[in-house]
Amino acid sequence: MKKPVRKRSSFNNQLLKIGSLSKRGLAGWLIIVGAIFVIAIIVMTGISPWIRPYDPIAINVGPILAPPSNQHLFGTNDLGQDVFSRVLSGGGVMLQVSLLSVIVCLAIGVPLGLFASYAGGIPDRVVGLVMDSLYAFPGLVLAIAIAAMLGRGVINMALSIAVVYVPSYFRVIRSQVLSIKETSYIEAADAIGARNRTILSRYVLPNIVPSIVVVATVNFADAILTAAGLTFIGLGVPVTVPDWGLDLTSGQRLLTSGAWWVISYPGLMIILLALGFTLMGEGLSELLNPRLEQ
Amino acid sequence: MIFILLTLVFLIIRVLPGDPVLLHFEKNANPVAVEQMRHQLGLDKPLWEQYFDYLLAIFRGDLGQSMQDYSSVGQQIFSAFPATLELAIFSMIIAATLGIFLGVQASKAYNRPQDHAIRIFGIVTYAIPVFFLGMVLQLTLGLGLHWLPVGQRFNPTVAIPQSPWYVDLNTPYSTAVISSLFKIGNVHLSTGLYTLDSLLEGNIFKFIESLRYLCMPSLTLGLVLSGVFIRLTRSNMFETLRLDFVTAARARGLRETRVTYGYALRNAFLPVLTMVGLQFAALLGGAVLTETTFSWPGLGRYIVDRINFRDYTAIQGAVIVFGLFVSIVSLAVDLLYAYLDPRIRL
Repeated sequence: MKKPVRKRSSFNNQLLKIGSLSKRGLAGWLIIVGAIFVIAIIVMTGISPWIRPYDPIAINVGPILAPPSNQHLFGTNDLGQDVFSRVLSGGGVMLQVSLLSVIVCLAIGVPLGLFASYAGGIPDRVVGLVMDSLYAFPGLVLAIAIAAMLGRGVINMALSIAVVYVPSYFRVIRSQVLSIKETSYIEAADAIGARNRTILSRYVLPNIVPSIVVVATVNFADAILTAAGLTFIGLGVPVTVPDWGLDLTSGQRLLTSGAWWVISYPGLMIILLALGFTLMGEGLSELLNPRLEQ
Repeated sequence: MIFILLTLVFLIIRVLPGDPVLLHFEKNANPVAVEQMRHQLGLDKPLWEQYFDYLLAIFRGDLGQSMQDYSSVGQQIFSAFPATLELAIFSMIIAATLGIFLGVQASKAYNRPQDHAIRIFGIVTYAIPVFFLGMVLQLTLGLGLHWLPVGQRFNPTVAIPQSPWYVDLNTPYSTAVISSLFKIGNVHLSTGLYTLDSLLEGNIFKFIESLRYLCMPSLTLGLVLSGVFIRLTRSNMFETLRLDFVTAARARGLRETRVTYGYALRNAFLPVLTMVGLQFAALLGGAVLTETTFSWPGLGRYIVDRINFRDYTAIQGAVIVFGLFVSIVSLAVDLLYAYLDPRIRL
């Protein structure tokens, strides 16, 4: 018996070729620039142990609150730590938290959205109601409440952020599944006796992957900003870990002494990382939803 | 909806791993003190009984006692709430005005450099952590140029604005009347919105002063939120501007500003209004960070303070009030929508 040939979706073909991306106007460039920001920051954080001039958590490696100079490119903070080294190494927490929270969101939101909305009826109603209530809630406030209960740490931050963003996955997937459910190829698959599991995984899922990718990219950006916010409130990682969010938090009380360098560089890094994902999300959603491109 | 919200908050605070009372005392818990607090707060009862007590108390408007000093959480939140409301209103005005204006400009310059610049502006403001923007403004406008105060809500050397209807609750007569009317105890009748109170008081100096203090926090929050409005207005206006009635209005020789704002924007405005409701939740989240940055004595700062005290009843109360606030705003937006859109009638 011949195995069914799975056609690669045009989505993959489109997006994996950078050459074709640059020909797609602004949207393509948004994706390329965003990806460059993100990859550069990941690489920088990855190789930072070998390229940083000082130990990022060692104190008094230089004078206290020294402005940027040749010895300390980005100056030093109130503990005499080298800001440049801390900027190089400080992305790890944000990257881990955002990646973990996106994975948790995918693991919960995608199956929940698929099954509840494909099943319809009471499961759809109940799950939908809970998700809508969560969605309407101020996300950061909810994340703060959960993080305050769970305590500090990367995993707890990721979990509290994930709870807030699962509803966005659910809503997008639900609206897609509801329209796909009515198409004739689903009806055909049902008619030839395909099991629900098969229909969901072989027919429905591949069609909603593009939307999931867009939501996940935007989720990355939001997770980074939320993680920074949690850290700012004091629900982040312990001070022994170099982290941009922590540097911003501790830099706030130094503002009156005019030490702009302590907050500016970590702040810019957070912006670049969040911007990278936002640009990618913006470009992707425009490519995949070409309603406006006329 | 509100019922589910209350249940969720209950689940988060009481059922998630981590006993509030033990967390409150941290590691050096004295078993007797722990038991005493459990009893005082009713946490030694079975879970379902706690749940009904909790719901009943909320319907009576009672948000419980603070774990810090057993004072009423409801009253503390009641006095912190106007500051957050004032910040939220002004930020929303800034975000919507700026966002709609830039969105309209972008849609008119569709796919030209001006459009791209506005879009990039929208994307960048979305990616800025709100507290970082706050610090940058504090550094530049506040500490660098000395234009605006960097924190607090009002000039500490000037008396807080009070509306002429202010009633001193310490006089026996008014206490009897007011407390029988409102049952809110020791609270005066000012709105607590300093800009409004100062106007009611008729004191322009205080009005300007309260605006000066309000300016930087609401600008911070408004800028960060404007991106969403830019995007939505842009896409809606772009579609509306191509419709026949706009061409007809132009053909009649109306001025372009009138065509854009009087004709097209009116029609593209409804989805933007929906967005105001949806963005309110995001705005309150951002308000927590903004209030912390600017030492703004509102509900967000209250939550953060209480987290440091590990005061879980207070956190629970504040989260509930945030949720109710959002629900009320979205209800109001729905009603307004029905009023503005003749196709929808209640």
